[in-house]
Amino acid sequence: MTSPQNTSTGSRFPQGGQAFPHRDLIGISSLERHEILYLLAEAENYVAFNRQAAKHSDQLAGLTIINAFFENSTRTLLSFEIAGKRLGADVVNMHAAQSSVKKGETLIDTAVTLNAMHADAIVIRHGSSGAVGLIASKVDCPVLNAGDGQHEHPTQALLDALALRHKLRDLGHDSEDFTGLTVTICGDILHSRVARSNILCLQAMGATVRLCAPPALMPAGIERMGGVVFHDFDAALKDTDVVMMLRLQNERMDGQFIPSPREYRHLYGLTPERLALARPDAIVMHPGPMNRGVEIDSTVADNADRAIITSQVEMGVAIRMACLDVLTRKARGVPGWGQAEAGGEWV
Amino acid sequence: MKQAQPLSITGGTLITPGGPVEGTLRCDDGVITAVGNDAASGDGDQVLDAKGKFVVAGIVDLGVFAIDKPAFHFGGITRAGLMPALSPPLDYPARVRFMAQSGKPDLWVHPLAAATKGLEGEQLAEIAMMRDAGARAIATGRKWIRDSGVMHRLLQYAAMLDMVVVTHAEDSGLAGNAAATASEMATRMGIPSAPKEAETLALARDIALAEMSGARIHARQVTTRAGLQLVRQAKQRGVSITAGVTPAHFMLSDLAMGDYRTFTRLSPPLREEDDRQAVIEAIGDGTIDVIASGHDPRGPEDKNLPFADAAPGMAGAETLLAMTLTLVRDGVIDMTRAFDLLARNPASLLGVEAGSLAAGKEADIALLDSEEPWVVDSREMAAAAGNTPFDRQPVQGRVTALWKGGVAIDL
Repeated sequence: MTSPQNTSTGSRFPQGGQAFPHRDLIGISSLERHEILYLLAEAENYVAFNRQAAKHSDQLAGLTIINAFFENSTRTLLSFEIAGKRLGADVVNMHAAQSSVKKGETLIDTAVTLNAMHADAIVIRHGSSGAVGLIASKVDCPVLNAGDGQHEHPTQALLDALALRHKLRDLGHDSEDFTGLTVTICGDILHSRVARSNILCLQAMGATVRLCAPPALMPAGIERMGGVVFHDFDAALKDTDVVMMLRLQNERMDGQFIPSPREYRHLYGLTPERLALARPDAIVMHPGPMNRGVEIDSTVADNADRAIITSQVEMGVAIRMACLDVLTRKARGVPGWGQAEAGGEWV
Repeated sequence: MKQAQPLSITGGTLITPGGPVEGTLRCDDGVITAVGNDAASGDGDQVLDAKGKFVVAGIVDLGVFAIDKPAFHFGGITRAGLMPALSPPLDYPARVRFMAQSGKPDLWVHPLAAATKGLEGEQLAEIAMMRDAGARAIATGRKWIRDSGVMHRLLQYAAMLDMVVVTHAEDSGLAGNAAATASEMATRMGIPSAPKEAETLALARDIALAEMSGARIHARQVTTRAGLQLVRQAKQRGVSITAGVTPAHFMLSDLAMGDYRTFTRLSPPLREEDDRQAVIEAIGDGTIDVIASGHDPRGPEDKNLPFADAAPGMAGAETLLAMTLTLVRDGVIDMTRAFDLLARNPASLLGVEAGSLAAGKEADIALLDSEEPWVVDSREMAAAAGNTPFDRQPVQGRVTALWKGGVAIDL
């Protein structure tokens, strides 16, 4: 079977490494619009590739990718692991629960240790904002942020954009970006790195973003990131093209932030009745894992015409393959990506 | 070590409480004996020509978290009010007595007694015994006392002992585990944050309790417009309140936290630009009485961490004077007021006969070259650690000679 093409042929992007001149992927905040579009374009190749029966390439053969997860994760870890393996890399997972982090080793020491093992890319999830950037500053290989505290989760925003683009295409809107689209993000914005990355990514792609949460779960100054703030979900849903629900942690619904799960559902649950307030063909998204019957009703989540929740998961693998591919091109000596021959010519 | 020989410093501009004076400063037996035009050097004096530099009082740094002599001396600091938040805390007379002796002879440490046992904010500590062991004031530590009943009884007790209570104005319920002020910056960075009103609430309560009890309180750091307005109004009503600040809050806003620079992780956290401006106004109009370093050297094990996991605090002793001089250059204050803020007012709060160039005061003296340029460099600090938020910043002004009790200190 064929391997995907990894050189973009269109003239929409700068050539070679100029298309994505970053060593690491720490956040959407450091990306230009054309860089986001480039990663999405690369990921498109892998969407088709992943739908083949035999889906294995040797592009990253010989490279070691470490997934260092300092915070529990099932789906993101699995997604990164599958992405690395499909590209032929040797993928190792490090779980904080089993690591020397529990024995008091500092984050910097852990980073230096991983670096000494000559990883070719490190994927990191950590509970503290800025931790992934800190590790990146101490290692010599590309670092991918799989979520740092309440800061960013860039691959989630990218996969959301890709899934949304596919759905829009199915609906007959064949546009590269999201100009004219209104997206409402509802849930625990305060604690959500997914929300922050999505606000930045969706706006970079031209969408209007509405944010909906009770005041205690809405961070200060968020409107200055460009979102329009709502507390009334019904009002936020009016004329919305896309509804993106966020997961609410159970421990935040015990009276600290929200009186109870059923009270949360009463005000912010996406029920079929509420969804009817949005545009007739409004798209429903959720990064998972879902609290069915709390922030989203099963009838909405399982409505294949509207919900693209499983597509988001599918696109996640493609996005992560694209990110691993692009970020390791320099080390792999892909022509145009920064490995010049002695004579100064690109090979 | 006693002063062996009388010292006369001539040819400098003396910054006295009454204003700048051209003339001679003479000290003998560790005490200033004459200041100004009519002062003359006596026979057998050691005479030193200041060559047009400023002659100023040694800085009295109210509220430091470590005794860090090289940093203090670099910064022209001859006395330091030591916060009780050590490990273990200064809540026991013998520890206070030990710390009170620990800097002599060339640095005098004035311990502040822990207000409550273990600084837990629950049971009053043995304050009178600590006073008699050398404590010059009382402090609540790094935290606010949450229980208003405890705070009220503390202030009543402090009023009886006529000791000032140094407070930390940050409502702990609102502040929670915050590492930043709630703002666009904190939101973009995803750092746990608390509204700046945490300061207003804490100050409002403490001022009310001070009024009830007649105690003197010193809010060690007031960093917000609304908080400063409360202090201003309380002073007008005649409440015995003074306020302080560190250079971080008049030099930097929360934008300095960019790139998760943990040297800017402070307590209270950096504020938004409007509050920074308010601090400068309050220094100018007299609402703020003290500028201190908040010196808290922290090594990589405390600072080389993700932002919210890092310990708060900055190494401030070396930069205190140079940063304060920026306010003089900007015309916010004059040189006389600068040394009121740095030396005279804190000395008065601590009740020590020092902090100003006046006959009868301790001969804690510095020679200041207010123009000398230098660059703050976190890698080459005199301090025990280089956690300065002003890293790489070019500054002007440094101390070129320093005397404690008339005895010269090697710089």
